[in-house]
Amino acid sequence: MATEILMPALSPTMEEGTLAKWLVKEGDTVSSGDILAEIETDKATMEFEAVDEGTVGKILVAEGTEAVKVNTPIAVLLDEGESADDIETSSGGDATKSEQAPEPDKPAAQQPQAAPEIKAADTSPDWPEGTAMKQQTVREALRDAMAEEMRRDGDVYLMGEEVAEYQGAYKISQGLLDEFGPKRVIDTPITEHGFTGIAVGAAFGGLKPIVEFMTFNFAMQAIDQIINSAAKTLYMSGGQMGAPMVFRGANGAAARVGAQHSQDYAAWYMQIPGLKVAMPYSASDAKGLLKSAIRDPNPVVFLENEILYGQSFDVPDLDDYTVPFGKARIWREGTDVTIVSFGIGMRYALEAADKLADDGIDAEVIDLRTLRPMDTASILQSVKKTNRCVTVEEGWPQPSVGSYISSVIMQEAFDYLDAPVINCTGKDVPMPYAANLEKHALVTTEEVIEAVKKVTYK
Amino acid sequence: MATRKTAAKSNVSTDELLSYYRDMLLIRRFEEKAGQLYGMGLIGGFCHLYIGQEAVVVGLEAAAEEGDKRITSYRDHGHMLACGMDPNGVMAELTGREGGYSKGKGGSMHMFSKEKHFYGGHGIVGAQVPLGAGLAFADKYKENGRVTFTYFGDGAANQGQVYEAFNMAALWKLPVIFVIENNQYAMGTAQKRSTSTEEIHKRGEPFGIPGELVDGMNVLAVKDAGDKAVAHCREGKGPYILEIKTYRYRGHSMSDPAKYRTREEVQKMREERDPIEQVRGMLLKAEVGEDKLKEIDKEIKEIVNASADFSKESPEPALEELWTDIYADEIPQEVN
Repeated sequence: MATEILMPALSPTMEEGTLAKWLVKEGDTVSSGDILAEIETDKATMEFEAVDEGTVGKILVAEGTEAVKVNTPIAVLLDEGESADDIETSSGGDATKSEQAPEPDKPAAQQPQAAPEIKAADTSPDWPEGTAMKQQTVREALRDAMAEEMRRDGDVYLMGEEVAEYQGAYKISQGLLDEFGPKRVIDTPITEHGFTGIAVGAAFGGLKPIVEFMTFNFAMQAIDQIINSAAKTLYMSGGQMGAPMVFRGANGAAARVGAQHSQDYAAWYMQIPGLKVAMPYSASDAKGLLKSAIRDPNPVVFLENEILYGQSFDVPDLDDYTVPFGKARIWREGTDVTIVSFGIGMRYALEAADKLADDGIDAEVIDLRTLRPMDTASILQSVKKTNRCVTVEEGWPQPSVGSYISSVIMQEAFDYLDAPVINCTGKDVPMPYAANLEKHALVTTEEVIEAVKKVTYK
Repeated sequence: MATRKTAAKSNVSTDELLSYYRDMLLIRRFEEKAGQLYGMGLIGGFCHLYIGQEAVVVGLEAAAEEGDKRITSYRDHGHMLACGMDPNGVMAELTGREGGYSKGKGGSMHMFSKEKHFYGGHGIVGAQVPLGAGLAFADKYKENGRVTFTYFGDGAANQGQVYEAFNMAALWKLPVIFVIENNQYAMGTAQKRSTSTEEIHKRGEPFGIPGELVDGMNVLAVKDAGDKAVAHCREGKGPYILEIKTYRYRGHSMSDPAKYRTREEVQKMREERDPIEQVRGMLLKAEVGEDKLKEIDKEIKEIVNASADFSKESPEPALEELWTDIYADEIPQEVN
């Protein structure tokens, strides 16, 4: 049967082109791979090759013709034993309908939205009433979380710089090498891009890696592997495989280490579908969330803070204490204003709430704990009560986690607001070294107090 | 091209030759069809064809055992067909349909098959190299004796993360074969214009990784080199590098103006070195009749046409698919 040769699309965006030159003539025999014609697209002149073999029976579009639409028949190829007389001239303009790419069938506005439906806030307590508590630092809580999960599951292992023999640059992995040995607690060379890729590959291969970044500043070297390889593979594979793993380490400013070692990445990672993001403040949340993160079948970015490592908190004395993702914690109930924060931002939020209480302002303080998924239900529920909101974080303002929260409140609780939401953030500058400048570059408790007074018109 | 040939064993059976012929021909015809469907607008975006490089994957798959893993870049159709993935599922992914390996959500560059131990299909040049070392890390951790074939091109061989992976793979003796498919052009930049040294296989030497140069137009030479590399890895000696010199007949992607090399260069390679023609010659010499080969050609043509039909008939993914597979509820089970 004669085969129509159609005007090809030679780039992702080409809709028409110029048939610049025929390199075959009627009666020529061609085989697969022979160059038939030169076609000019908007980008370049390209050679167009034959796919089938046969004899050129008829040339339908003369060389030099401009604006030939993609899929227009430009020539007819004859099989053995056929002659040009056998050619049935087809429509000439349009290609057969069934051979065409389908039209997108619905406008975007009609697409189903897995839009975050606003659920009622989950206010159940994190541990049963009467649970015994013990004092622990965040550092100890993180270590215990890893040790417990490594005991529970032989596929969990830890890799990173100085995690084994040095016992952790910040001593988070202290004692783990002794208990689990060098097979499961692995010192890497200082090559974040490479070892992160290896860990993602190991997760594809069935392990559950914990990657420690000495600090998240160095994870910028590896961010392609975190986002393009770890976060997107489940989707790109149609659900066949993903990367069950944890990327953890110190995030944000420490003290006097300058611009390259002081960045808060919360807003960056929070943007990525496929990643989960936790940023705990207390030791109990550090422990409960890290255990949940290690068990999670998805890649989790777990943002810690060097300044909080040594701080002690009450931690429930339970064999297996976990905290679910997407459930905020209300640290302080109040009626006048909602202060929303997470990670080290909670320090400023709680300090400000204490001082505000002295001035007769009763603040509710919410610790988000995880940024993706984010418990917007708890924020909205609180704002509907207090009618005012201030967000607190150390990261930069454009855009911040707070700016996202503001937009959620504006869209979901606009009529409840008695004042615009204020975002207290770090200043829009690289971190300076000088002690006085550094203190000023971060968010301050005074700024939070001032913001609360502004939204409460006090 | 000046290629030191790895001596091919002469005791290859006719059946083996026939299977190489068949597998290479399937890739060639499949890719020609993909090119055609692209021209018709049925395949969109980027489409990187493997035509000319068929002997590389077919030779190495012949050296692999069940359970061994493979991972590659975006020029991945050949690898998928060679490891036994269904041509229908691959073609339907190219057309973005529900019947595709990734339900139409991955496209030409992002396909996977847990069942066939094919770990993608990666679109970022060089990123699959540490990932492949990581797959080997998992195998070593599990002590399962498996080997990972990690494919990348001469262009990717200049990426920094490749050398980070070389270092750790050697340090930890990971069972990974780094396969450099040197088709001599990084997109449109010839090797000598992008790469400081000619012998890429020697770039593992400072890390203590042995490497060799292989004639990638000769499937038997590739198979022999693959056997050697696999044995090295399975013996626990760590990684191995194969620089397989090959040639891509088509452009880097479909929108390649081909101004960086002459038509004569391509034509010469096709006429004198074609991997399929070489095996065809051997088969005819071994007195396999033209009829037998025609029968195979016909069978392949049918498979490829059926895959094209399937890829047109399979519906587009349901709009609900937009929102699925972003997060897993549970860890997918390993297939062994």
